[in-house]
Amino acid sequence: MNEKVVEKLQILAQAAKYDVSCASSGSNRKNINGGLGNASNGICHSYTEDGRCVSLLKILLTNHCIFDCAYCVSRKSNDIKRAAFTVQEVVDLTINFYRRNYIEGLFLSSGIFKDADYTMERLVRIAKKLRTEERFNGYIHLKAIPGASDELMHDAGLYADRLSVNLELPTEAGLKLLAPDKSHRDVIKPMTYLSNKIKEYKSDKSLVKYNSYFAPAGQSTQMVIGATPESDKEIMYTADNYYKTFNLKRVYYSGYVPVSSDARLPALGTVPPMARENRLYQTDWLMRFYKFDVKEILNDRNPRLDLDIDPKFSWALRNTHVFPVNINTAEYEMILRIPGIGVASAKKIISARKFGALAAEQLKKLGVAFNRARYFIICKNDYILKDFLPSQIKQLVLNESQSKYLKTASSQFSLF
Amino acid sequence: MFDGSLEGLLTSIFEVFERKTKDVNLVEEYRYRPSAFDRNIVISSNSEKANRVWKGLQKNISTSALRDFYQCFLSEQEGISQVLLDFACYVFNNPGKDIEQNFGDKNVLKVSQVSKQVYREKHRFEAFVRFKSTSDDIYFATGEPDFNILPLLINHFQKRYADQKWVIYDMKRNYGIFYDLFSVTTVTIDADELKHKLKKENQALSQTEKEFQKLWQVYFKSTNIESRKNTKLHLRHVPKRYWKYLVEKQVEL
Repeated sequence: MNEKVVEKLQILAQAAKYDVSCASSGSNRKNINGGLGNASNGICHSYTEDGRCVSLLKILLTNHCIFDCAYCVSRKSNDIKRAAFTVQEVVDLTINFYRRNYIEGLFLSSGIFKDADYTMERLVRIAKKLRTEERFNGYIHLKAIPGASDELMHDAGLYADRLSVNLELPTEAGLKLLAPDKSHRDVIKPMTYLSNKIKEYKSDKSLVKYNSYFAPAGQSTQMVIGATPESDKEIMYTADNYYKTFNLKRVYYSGYVPVSSDARLPALGTVPPMARENRLYQTDWLMRFYKFDVKEILNDRNPRLDLDIDPKFSWALRNTHVFPVNINTAEYEMILRIPGIGVASAKKIISARKFGALAAEQLKKLGVAFNRARYFIICKNDYILKDFLPSQIKQLVLNESQSKYLKTASSQFSLF
Repeated sequence: MFDGSLEGLLTSIFEVFERKTKDVNLVEEYRYRPSAFDRNIVISSNSEKANRVWKGLQKNISTSALRDFYQCFLSEQEGISQVLLDFACYVFNNPGKDIEQNFGDKNVLKVSQVSKQVYREKHRFEAFVRFKSTSDDIYFATGEPDFNILPLLINHFQKRYADQKWVIYDMKRNYGIFYDLFSVTTVTIDADELKHKLKKENQALSQTEKEFQKLWQVYFKSTNIESRKNTKLHLRHVPKRYWKYLVEKQVEL
């Protein structure tokens, strides 16, 4: 290694950092050959100063790109330093970082140089070398390049734990505006191929286990939000649709960080929409773990998420007629819907109440956010009146809590 | 009081349960403070009695509750022996009732909560251990875990780093675990000798080791998005007490 590699790493890590996925979980790759590493539950080995998890070595193979997408820092027309790793350099970095317990594995993406196949072939070659020559069993996430051949997609699935194809923007109209060369149609083709293959490998019990890995951690996608004017409803309906159609493991929402003075985009220096991004992820969680239908949270009457309170609390305030819920008798699904009660507390409540009715003090100890939950529940020795108006509840809860977003929200307002 | 070992704790549970003793206050020897009002009984570890208690627990609670029990013991927290004693008696007094699920009971809840704390520390160490390749071809890491979690790390590191020799050393408790490509054993290095060795290694870090430490620092810096700076969140995930051992938190090479 030399100074050149240091410089390349600087350039190509900076170019890759806007891709938010860093998940290293969901795979089941074992260290079977006495080689190096395994991939299972996912570990965040560090956190950057912006508070994001560092789990994988996340780099671009190159930031040379034939496309000119307005929102992308590596767009053709942008006057920046360009660099490209060799196959061996990426392999060496991955192995040596891994041996020192810095990372869970590699997340390799790339700008498109020449064409899709040419780029994809190099990504696959790196993964293959890691798996076969270095006997590396750690986590590998490869970007699947739309337009690459089925053969390359297939090989990628054999070596990678996860593959992802980015939607880039939530709607076709957004793409038309900022990346006229791209279309969601180009994304659907590889996604369909991958979702079929993943299913096929999972159901085919005749294959020997060792040979049967095909993207065991599934596929994911990402969209940039806040670069184009889509509503939260449009964003989450797109996400819901892709989750259902392609059986995606994750959809990532990446708040647009201004990287261009293009008039079609938010100006340079605009604060990234972090609060909104957080509310979108909470909605995503409600869909995947709390058994909510996206239409309950976002619809024509409520196309935007509240920034000052979380979407579950917001839903509850719109649906006060289903509350209060009796903690000691209600179904699990209903307990999950109470503001201030998460999946872990809900499960604990279900177990614990078999031994006797639960009172407020016990709920607090179980980890329930009682200052929120109290307005929506009945428990043993209950003493709170439940006839507040939704607006009163919201005010009472907000007065008691120190929302991490209130500060950012008010500073945003003061800009106008 | 007992000697502080797991065997000692289990023996104490045996004695208290067998003798139906009331108003017991169980403490570890190193925490014992004489008191004018209490009668002191010293329990000496007995592997047969300990075994019977362990088997009894195995029979009456699930594997995961048993793991919680063990992890609580590793927490070394003040008062935890008493909690484990009360928990065990509660189990033995209510066989077949799945009382481990009764989170309304203060000891059951405490066991599950402390176990969770220990688990988190174990998980942090799976993340924050930083190996340095040393002159004798061993990947060496040091740390100061809040709880005595090295025994919980063996499985993970042995599976993952099967083809390299490694040591993870607990500087606070002065012992380490060592994998020699075949199995994991416990090692103790004399404190002065260890200090000397670490100093020597740091001065004579191989060129490769230095390079990769630098590359890691460069990567860590480059992957950060400055306009999203969030120090509070950063500190919540990486509390300052771990920084000393993190390559990315050291002065730039």
